[in-house]
Amino acid sequence: MSIGSVPVRFGISVDHSQCMLCGRCIENCPYDVFRIENDRIHVNSRKCVACHRCIAMCPRDAIHIRERPVDYRSHPLWTPEARESIYNQARTGKIILAGMGNAKPYPIIFDQLVLDACQVTNPSIDPLREPMELRTYIGKKPRKVEYVREGSDVSLTTELSPNLQIETPIMVGHMSYGAISLNAQKSIAMAVTEMGTYMGTGEGGLHPSLYPYQDHMIVQVASGRFGVDINYLERGAAIEIKIGQGAKPGIGGHLPGEKVCEDVSCTRMIPIGSDAISPAPHHDIYSIEDLKQLVRSLKEATEWKKPVFVKIAAVHNSAAIAAGIARSAADAVVIDGFRGGTGAAPRVFRDHVGIPIEAAVASVDAKLRSQGIRNEVSIIASGGIRESADVAKVIALGADAVYIGTAALVAMGCRVCGTCYRGLCPWGIATQRPDLVARLDPAVASRNVANLIHAWTLELSELMGAAGINSIESLRGNRDRLRGYLLDEATMRVLDVKPVGA
Amino acid sequence: MHRVTIDASGMHYTPLNRRIREAVASGAETIEIMNVMGQRFIADGVRGDVTIIIHGVPGGDLGMFMSGPSCIVFGNCDHAPGNTMDSGRIIIHGSAGDAVAHSMRGGQVFVRDSIGYRGGIHMKQYRDKCPILVIGGEFRSFLGEYMAGGLILALRDNRRYPVRERGIGSGIHGGRIIMRGDLLNERCLGVGACQKPLSEEGYRMIVPLIEEFSSHFDADPDTLATDPYIEITPTSSRPFASKYTWE
Repeated sequence: MSIGSVPVRFGISVDHSQCMLCGRCIENCPYDVFRIENDRIHVNSRKCVACHRCIAMCPRDAIHIRERPVDYRSHPLWTPEARESIYNQARTGKIILAGMGNAKPYPIIFDQLVLDACQVTNPSIDPLREPMELRTYIGKKPRKVEYVREGSDVSLTTELSPNLQIETPIMVGHMSYGAISLNAQKSIAMAVTEMGTYMGTGEGGLHPSLYPYQDHMIVQVASGRFGVDINYLERGAAIEIKIGQGAKPGIGGHLPGEKVCEDVSCTRMIPIGSDAISPAPHHDIYSIEDLKQLVRSLKEATEWKKPVFVKIAAVHNSAAIAAGIARSAADAVVIDGFRGGTGAAPRVFRDHVGIPIEAAVASVDAKLRSQGIRNEVSIIASGGIRESADVAKVIALGADAVYIGTAALVAMGCRVCGTCYRGLCPWGIATQRPDLVARLDPAVASRNVANLIHAWTLELSELMGAAGINSIESLRGNRDRLRGYLLDEATMRVLDVKPVGA
Repeated sequence: MHRVTIDASGMHYTPLNRRIREAVASGAETIEIMNVMGQRFIADGVRGDVTIIIHGVPGGDLGMFMSGPSCIVFGNCDHAPGNTMDSGRIIIHGSAGDAVAHSMRGGQVFVRDSIGYRGGIHMKQYRDKCPILVIGGEFRSFLGEYMAGGLILALRDNRRYPVRERGIGSGIHGGRIIMRGDLLNERCLGVGACQKPLSEEGYRMIVPLIEEFSSHFDADPDTLATDPYIEITPTSSRPFASKYTWE
């Protein structure tokens, strides 16, 4: 017996009393949901992905979308998603690919941590009046500083490692050209340059139109080595080795051939239309000793002028792995939590593999401190940072800075529909189709991203000021400024925070 | 002809590379490095039209990210000579370790004797860049794994035994592996690889490589060129396309 159709995920209705037949919904929907017949807009709800482009463009608010208008008989275990995955795999016998981050309703640790504020005994600081120090340096710090004094002059004899100076502890993480459009990358590049921070290129090479922003770009070296040559390494302000990604720990990546258009082919340095396959491991790194070798090979190639970061997915043994990375000559470890986004990942990995960033950062920070090597690397936290409070909390748990990804895309219009893998993003973000890419104007989108970083930075200074802290360094690892609210005791022990009221 | 000689005894790789860069910057056409003993990353990221002659055994990642120079090694090499190399040439008068020519995107690597596991893994090509790895002797398993472009030519000088290595061309989705000898036992081929006797066009393509190999290592090009060869190529340029379904 055939499985038949599953219920539509989204039901669309058009309020014909409002509709003025302007046709913007038809023009804007790349999924062909709308059509006009006999002076009336008709819909095919089955094609809808809830990207909300039509809602955003309809001048009369005449379009309504309802999620799961015809649902299954409710059941706490056999959720609609569980059932539909089975129908899908019963039909195809294949691995299910999905987009965006973890879609399981795991509890969110950030939302069970509360921040502190001063009352009476020590005064809070007004950031309007007092300077707030948010500048952060990413990279190795010397264990001790040696200097010679000549009269009133002091000169440093300790050789310092190169650091990245960021004016706010918020950077934009690695989203490759290929996964996102050139206009999206350009918008982010303009924004981070304006805000005095950095962005990652992802494993997609560096398009020539981004060269003007290269001093604010961290170039990535991943297992496919796409787009990597000595020019690329020298252009970046820093180099990041990608070992793993929070959305799909332990596996590589495949950019399907249909997304490898002429320009993507050119920056990745592969033929048009061929699959870009990043293997699961780097085939020159099979151990922590080999990692040291890759870090050093990159430093050697760039004459030790660039900081080298190592990005890992947050997994059970992140702390021990990070301690190994700290000893590899790397300058920063990036930890990507299990809520990190992606253009496409096997659903089973996206939803089930890895651990939350909050726990990973806290345990990495604690491990590095216990071994006396916290100064050897900076910690960059990523994967599910949604607002400035998350930034404050993760820094208080031990991070130096954060990478945002999805939040930056949302600032450019992304509605988190999770359909990035179709390559039809109507917002011009996760697509290479020229007419869709043209919808994203870098002049406007860069303003939006810069505004977001600016607003979060303002909020962060307010939060710090309220807590009587005037320097980000005094917030870093300052767990006394956090309390766990209805968190279990074991998790609080890992986070090293007290419960509310204690 | 501007020639620089460097004695590498007891020298760490960073000062050694600094000396190489200084020599290149000063216009050296030949740099001869004596007493090399395990120094890694020699000529890592070095650009220019220069010949680097290495006496001894260089450590891992010789010529990594290298763009232009020729390295001639009188001795064996550790793992991954030619790793992510962009252009230039590495000629090894001896054997080399694992992952030779890993992710190489251009240039040529000639190995007189044998190589270890995963030779030519993830080699790729683009436009005018077509990396070439020529191996005089034997190779271990996973030769040309994930190969996305370029050419591996295995001359299998000795051929006392049939090839027994597994996973050859596993996940290959571009490029070609050509080896001397008869068709392999199918068990030696990795997922996504297929084999056939070398075509006329293939022979025409390898002849200049055989001649060059012979000129470097004093081999006899005529016997090399007349033997039977086989070619291993991808069954598809999209080996993983049928593995997935969308949510």
